[in-house]
Amino acid sequence: MKEKLEQIRQAAVAELAAPEADLEALRIRFLGKKGELTAVLRGMGGLTAEERPVIGALANEVREYIEKAIAEKAEAQKTAALAKKLLDERLDVTMPGKAPAVGKRHPLAQVQKDMEDIFIGMGFSIVEGPEVEYDYYNFQALNIPENHPARDTQDTFYITDNILLRSQTSPVQVRTMEKQRPPIRIISPGRVYRSDAVDASHSPLFHQLEGLVVDKGITMGDLKGTLETFAKTMFGEQTQIRFRPHHFPFTEPSAEVDVSCFVCGGKGCKLCKGEGWIEILGAGMVHPNVLRGCNIDPDEYSGFAFGMGVERITMIKYGIDDMRYLYENDVRFLDQF
Amino acid sequence: MNLSLNWAKDYVSLDGISPKEYCDRLTATGSKVEGFEILGEDIENVVAGKVISLERHPDSDHLWVCQIDIGEEAPVQIVTGAQNVFAGAMVPVAKAPSKLPGGVNIKAGKLRGVASNGMLCSISELNLTTHDMPGAIEDGIFIMDGIDCKPGDDIHDVLKLTDTVVEFEITSNRPDCLSVLGLARETAVSFDREFKPVAPVVTYAKDGDKIENYLSVDVQNAELCPRYTARVVKNVKIAPSPLWLRMRLRASGVRPINNIVDITNYVMLEYGQPMHAFDYSCLDGSKIIVRNAADGEIFKSLDDIDHTLNSTNLVIADEKKAVALAGVMGGANSEIKDDTATVVFESANFLGSSVRVTAKSQGMRTESSGRFEKGLDPENTMPALDRACELVTLLCAGDVVDGTIDVYKGKEAPYKMKLEAERINAFLGLDVSEEYMKDVLRKLEFNVDGDTLTVPSFRADVRCMNDVAEEILRVYGYDTIKSTKFVTPITSGSRTPIQKFELLCADTLCAMGLYECETFSFISPKYYDKIAMAENDPRRKSIVISNPLGEDTSVMRTTAIPSMLEVLSRNNNYHDGKTALYEMAKIYIPDEDSKNLPEERRRITIGFFRDGDFYTLKGMCDRLLDKAGITDASYVADRENGAFHPGRCANIVCADGTVLGTIGEIHPTVSAGYEIDVPVYVADLDFENLFAKANLAKQFKALPKFPATTRDFAFVCDDELEVGAIEAVMRKAGGKTVEDVKLFDVYRGKQLGEGKKSVAFKVVLRAPDRTLTDEEADKTSKKILTLLDRELGITLRA
Repeated sequence: MKEKLEQIRQAAVAELAAPEADLEALRIRFLGKKGELTAVLRGMGGLTAEERPVIGALANEVREYIEKAIAEKAEAQKTAALAKKLLDERLDVTMPGKAPAVGKRHPLAQVQKDMEDIFIGMGFSIVEGPEVEYDYYNFQALNIPENHPARDTQDTFYITDNILLRSQTSPVQVRTMEKQRPPIRIISPGRVYRSDAVDASHSPLFHQLEGLVVDKGITMGDLKGTLETFAKTMFGEQTQIRFRPHHFPFTEPSAEVDVSCFVCGGKGCKLCKGEGWIEILGAGMVHPNVLRGCNIDPDEYSGFAFGMGVERITMIKYGIDDMRYLYENDVRFLDQF
Repeated sequence: MNLSLNWAKDYVSLDGISPKEYCDRLTATGSKVEGFEILGEDIENVVAGKVISLERHPDSDHLWVCQIDIGEEAPVQIVTGAQNVFAGAMVPVAKAPSKLPGGVNIKAGKLRGVASNGMLCSISELNLTTHDMPGAIEDGIFIMDGIDCKPGDDIHDVLKLTDTVVEFEITSNRPDCLSVLGLARETAVSFDREFKPVAPVVTYAKDGDKIENYLSVDVQNAELCPRYTARVVKNVKIAPSPLWLRMRLRASGVRPINNIVDITNYVMLEYGQPMHAFDYSCLDGSKIIVRNAADGEIFKSLDDIDHTLNSTNLVIADEKKAVALAGVMGGANSEIKDDTATVVFESANFLGSSVRVTAKSQGMRTESSGRFEKGLDPENTMPALDRACELVTLLCAGDVVDGTIDVYKGKEAPYKMKLEAERINAFLGLDVSEEYMKDVLRKLEFNVDGDTLTVPSFRADVRCMNDVAEEILRVYGYDTIKSTKFVTPITSGSRTPIQKFELLCADTLCAMGLYECETFSFISPKYYDKIAMAENDPRRKSIVISNPLGEDTSVMRTTAIPSMLEVLSRNNNYHDGKTALYEMAKIYIPDEDSKNLPEERRRITIGFFRDGDFYTLKGMCDRLLDKAGITDASYVADRENGAFHPGRCANIVCADGTVLGTIGEIHPTVSAGYEIDVPVYVADLDFENLFAKANLAKQFKALPKFPATTRDFAFVCDDELEVGAIEAVMRKAGGKTVEDVKLFDVYRGKQLGEGKKSVAFKVVLRAPDRTLTDEEADKTSKKILTLLDRELGITLRA
């Protein structure tokens, strides 16, 4: 009987070796009520009392062995089946993805926000002002009296003799200083208007970002330090800035400010037209007449102001060569930023 | 301002300075250079040549074969087609090889078999005009009659063609730099060289004749004309100016005319003082009167245009008529002509703002008015007049009559101020020695006495410490300023709540797939018709721009819908993809009183097509309202808004009646007007109201601990009945245990009958403190059904 049991074990091992083995059929054949093992056990009545426990133990061992072998085989078959299923489910990963629709902010808004965040980090607050503005705030309070030739540099849209579309964000300086005592540290972004026909580099509407600091002991070095921090954050740590003398009626001394070209690093390239420098803004020390007009004593306080075009910085940053793209709002353009 | 460096060299040495260095340094010291041009650079190997002989070309009836002496051992043979060449003529010869303006290269060659070793040049081939070279003809070789030269002389020297012209952009505060002298002074300071101005010397006729025999001047408005100086020149011989003077004018961009006119232009360029010359014979009554024009007075300017003047315009007149518009342009009636024998030179000072207003209102901005309007120095009229008279004598153009007319309301006291060296250093963040400061100021012609500065009369722009600081800084170098970080009491840098809300809205809109756009704030008033705005809609009253670029951009918009539709239309033309956009920008509502500024309100405009339907749009608005924490808004159908589909438009209204905006499908007729043939969905929301109604404070609510029970209901009702009404009744009837009511099906079909629909809802019931029993849920259901029956007359679908 011992041999018989070993034969059953061998037979089971042999059957289970086949990958596609039908486990249920094998279970019935070997372990079922009418199975081979059961048949052997039934024949145990003819054994001696000594033989019975030995054969019984062996029979149990064979049963457990076969049960375990079937279970293992079942697990293996399941794993293989899953593997096959997953293989069958394989995808062409190069087929297009299904992106959820997400819009984007306008490139001007993105750049404006970047600029705002840099100045907020330096303790500036954002102040807004009206776009339809009094001549007084846009010009007179900024040391540009009526019939002053400096008005020529800003062809202005008028509503009435006294009301116009602001040609710069600088009126917000005056409105702020009228309301707030120093220390003042503000920026003011927004739309401005000039009577320029639309072309690749002009638009009757564009955006400026104005800055104003007024306090005791503010120096021109502080102006340079502030703008340098801005330029390095905006265009990269290696960026240098350069002041050139200029004239604005509401600042004195005044400067035009260039940044070293962030494409060529100053060697000269297409972006900087071979100059190595790109003009990005105008700045200066607030003119004492402007301070005085807002009841701030220029002998006690000093300040600086600066203004830059958001379009210009956006176009430089992204290499946009035609301003009209910014207002056409073709989604294929808007999606690039 | 175009500066001839040859001219500047009269007053300052430029030895050893390259044009590039010159331009860089002048820009660095505040006279911004736009660029420079080296004149004559485009001409190479062209010399003066004398025609020795000429004979007919053997194979041509119009070509000539010339032998030309060009100062070399043997004459050179050149074939020309010109017919004005003759033996003995001095002509410009382009040798072989040579270069001419416009990239023309002259090489040796053969013309119909005869060797031609160069070319004889016309004036235009040398880029000259008959103004530059009076007497020359345009269609022939330039016969250099009366020009001092010999064969072989380089044409640059012969015709004084070599010069460097620097183009400056002079800012409006520095009219003194709109002159050769002013820029020479800046040059001298910039390069630390000597500035050598020369006082002009006037030579009078000394024949006993006096200016009083000719002229008196009556200035009737001294405020607009602080100074009027004049001299008379007699025995005038009108002729071309000498070559050197013509070429300086040419380099400066001014066309030579004749000696007298050229002198006025030359002096204007050199001194920055506009001048005028009148033909004395055209003056009635030996008198010049500076007066305001009469309203409606007609004045014909030099360029033969009639101008109707008004009483704010200042004119120069004789006893009968205006002969010049003061500071702007002379009159045709007294212009210098070829037979002019006696000339009045005017060198006057006019009030800048007055000249500006006159020039602007008459639409005639001139070199002269452009200078006057910046405010000129009254002290400059006399030196300029002296220089003009000096040139008259130098050019032998006439005899200067003894005497000067000078009507001056009184010299202003020189402006004096303190030099505050320490304060300037503190202000600039520099450490410049007081001596350096004084040295710079002296070179700029300030009088420095101790710490008292006397500002030169031509520097009316220097009036305070800041101005002096800039004078010093621009010479010392803007690049010497060191960056510093200022330390002041901490100011909190942050966005205001409304600015943060703006970013929240932008983020939410982008997250829903909308691209932000930026459109112009001004539109055409016709666009209100284009969006079918009602005739009596108050939004039709907009802020009107008095000087618009065009009708399309002539009024400040009171609605951003036309701008949105335009952008959608443009996208529709550009590509066939879906387009979903938003804009957050202002509209401008006029005040009742036009003296007040308009109200500027920010609107959020959403627009899309091929990307959803009305309910997509509504869902977006719901999401935005949810972000804003607005819970009491409802959608109220609006059938009257002309811009929208009458059956697909709603206003979003808060419980207190505040209107948050309008949403809907654009009326097909309106979208057809924008050439869009698919349904267009637009929401027009009031950002300010959204912010006013927003509740951005968030509060934690415990998650439910007990399960919910649901009940489904289906009703048949009139198609007209809004599901919102049914939902409202269900919520009201169910009370607190109704957690949610969800519409899950709407069905219309024949078996329901015409004008009927079936609607199905799932009602979620939940109690916060226990699991609802079936009995409780059934009780609530019953209440709901009872109230629906009573209020709306609807019952469960059989």
